[in-house]
Amino acid sequence: MTAQLFLEQTLNGLQQGVTLFLLAAGLTLVFGVMHLINLAHGTLYMVGAYVAATVTQISGNFLWGVIAAVAAAGLTGAAIEIIALRRLYDRGHLDQVLATFGVIMFFNELVKVLWGPQALFLSPPAILSGTVEVIPGVPYPAYRLLIIGVGLAVALAVRQLITGTRTGMLIRAGATDREMVGALGVAVNRLFTRVFAIGAMLAGLAGAMAGPLLAIEVGMGEHILILTFVVVIIGGIGSVRGALVGALLVGLVDTYGRAFLPVVLRGVLSPTAADGIGASLSSIAIYVLMAAVLIWRPRGLFQAYG
Amino acid sequence: MIPMRTLVAIAALFGLAVATPLAAAPIKIGMITTLSGAGAGMGVDIRDGFKLAIDQRGGSLGGVPVELIVVDDSQDVENAKEIANRMLKRDEVDIVTGIIWSNLVLAVVPTVTRAGKFYISPNAGPSALAGKNCQPNFFNVAWQNDNLHEGMGQYVTDKGFKKLYILAPNYPGGKDALTGFKRFYKGEIIGEVYTTLGQVDYAAEIANLRAAKPDAAYFFLPGGMGVNFVKQYAQAGLMQEIPLFGTAFSFDEDILRAVGEAALGVVNTGQWAWDLDNPANKVFVKAYREAHGRTPSLYVSQGYEAALLLDSAIAAVKGNLSNSDAFRAALERADFQSVRGAFRFNHNHFPIQNIYAREVVKIGDVVTNRLIGTVFTDHQDAYAAECAM
Repeated sequence: MTAQLFLEQTLNGLQQGVTLFLLAAGLTLVFGVMHLINLAHGTLYMVGAYVAATVTQISGNFLWGVIAAVAAAGLTGAAIEIIALRRLYDRGHLDQVLATFGVIMFFNELVKVLWGPQALFLSPPAILSGTVEVIPGVPYPAYRLLIIGVGLAVALAVRQLITGTRTGMLIRAGATDREMVGALGVAVNRLFTRVFAIGAMLAGLAGAMAGPLLAIEVGMGEHILILTFVVVIIGGIGSVRGALVGALLVGLVDTYGRAFLPVVLRGVLSPTAADGIGASLSSIAIYVLMAAVLIWRPRGLFQAYG
Repeated sequence: MIPMRTLVAIAALFGLAVATPLAAAPIKIGMITTLSGAGAGMGVDIRDGFKLAIDQRGGSLGGVPVELIVVDDSQDVENAKEIANRMLKRDEVDIVTGIIWSNLVLAVVPTVTRAGKFYISPNAGPSALAGKNCQPNFFNVAWQNDNLHEGMGQYVTDKGFKKLYILAPNYPGGKDALTGFKRFYKGEIIGEVYTTLGQVDYAAEIANLRAAKPDAAYFFLPGGMGVNFVKQYAQAGLMQEIPLFGTAFSFDEDILRAVGEAALGVVNTGQWAWDLDNPANKVFVKAYREAHGRTPSLYVSQGYEAALLLDSAIAAVKGNLSNSDAFRAALERADFQSVRGAFRFNHNHFPIQNIYAREVVKIGDVVTNRLIGTVFTDHQDAYAAECAM
């Protein structure tokens, strides 16, 4: 293993990490502030990807696609919150899981009706379809660098939102003591809709950014949702800082696991056994990470603003 | 688009409702296949190929009206088992077909054969059903899983590539694929990687592949996985640096529509090509192009041939499937004009056939495959000897 390869895999891990962060930030806020388990978060990621692909195709400009995707996901999120989730805040978590699972099924079918069951494909914009030698001797896809950049910029923006604005103050207050915020005369309902829409827009952005790398298909949100939950649990429920750290950890551990575990195992086992066991071990690496973090810190790495 | 789709669905419903009472005891065929998600392209093609053959015969096979029940398995093992049970018990189908994935086929076939019914595989041909555990009521009309990969192993060896990096998903079909490739590849394997089935991002694997500096790379990732991989391989700028080889599954018409010019020049192996010169193939390609406005994929040909096989066998027993032994013997004869030219069944009910090399080229505006040679003539699978049938 060379230093270049290690750096390149680190970039890959970062890229996976920031994508996960975009999803986890919204999920953890909804979890922390609204005390709602939202399985349908991946649905907004899917909506973002589909809208981005369609609008890019019509307008011929990926930027319009991304803007439309963020807007569509935000609106969809607000609509889901107002129509369905508002009724669930006083119910138990089981009811919330069942209802949001229903939302997943509804949107999966809706997407099938609107776009058909076959996967869509989106190419990165022409100027970003090449490679850049950020590490000498290793041409790295320009589009993946853009994802890392966008992800980190959004992380800064969300931090500014949480620490520097009135909405952010209410979000922090809500995560700490929801009843008190209501008692002090804040329209909690409107705050919740706003929080949910912000989370939805981030998920939509993640979907739009992932579009040019992946096949855009029904159910793509469920694949990534499991990883997102792992991130939220590792980072600490309700903490955006935790979501960022957790997402980068998961991205790096998953990538390093896939990249280096089989190589390491080849040192002690026969190649065939090493490849087989390496593949299996690397697919559980992030769950091992989660278990280790929970043993060390049962409530996750960071506490919500308490 | 939506109203049209709905109209077609309504028309189809009415069509069935009207057609069924008129037909005297139709033969019921259950098709379990993948019609949603990243694998949907393959299922749609197999279904359309199968339907094309039925349509050409006015809604019948072997002179007997056919009722085709198509259900989406969403590439899920439990789902597929449940659908098979429902088809056997409630719908009382006589024949089951359609599954794409080896892990699904391994779960469904025992259920079907235990009920005394027949399974005709238009795709998945796992080694587990070709050797010791070969089944009297299981027929694979496409290939044994290893076959196309064996062809590629031979081709890459012939072209003098000495160091290969190979990659497949971690499931029975993926293991069969790399086993098949290695059986005929004589050079050195410097990396053998198994990815998670359904994995969408291959950045980590592609970075390792580049760092290993192989002469060429060989991969097997069916459906949407392959599209993601080839796109990301091209985005990493590797297409010119490290030649990529695959089977027809990775460079078929449906995949080329998504991957586009990134794949130009790639050589892949298949048991069929749309430009194979035989009369049956010409009729097939023309009919499919007229119906769908594009060139058929390998999967369309496989669905089509599953129906042709049934057509020949149902005709031979005059529509009487109650005598399983006679029907089985008729299937074994495979008495139909195959679109791939010479075709016959081995004693384990898997094909003996040629394996061809094809190259991705651009003809006019369309990125497609061109036949460039024959790798194996009358090729049979490596497991047949273990089958006692």
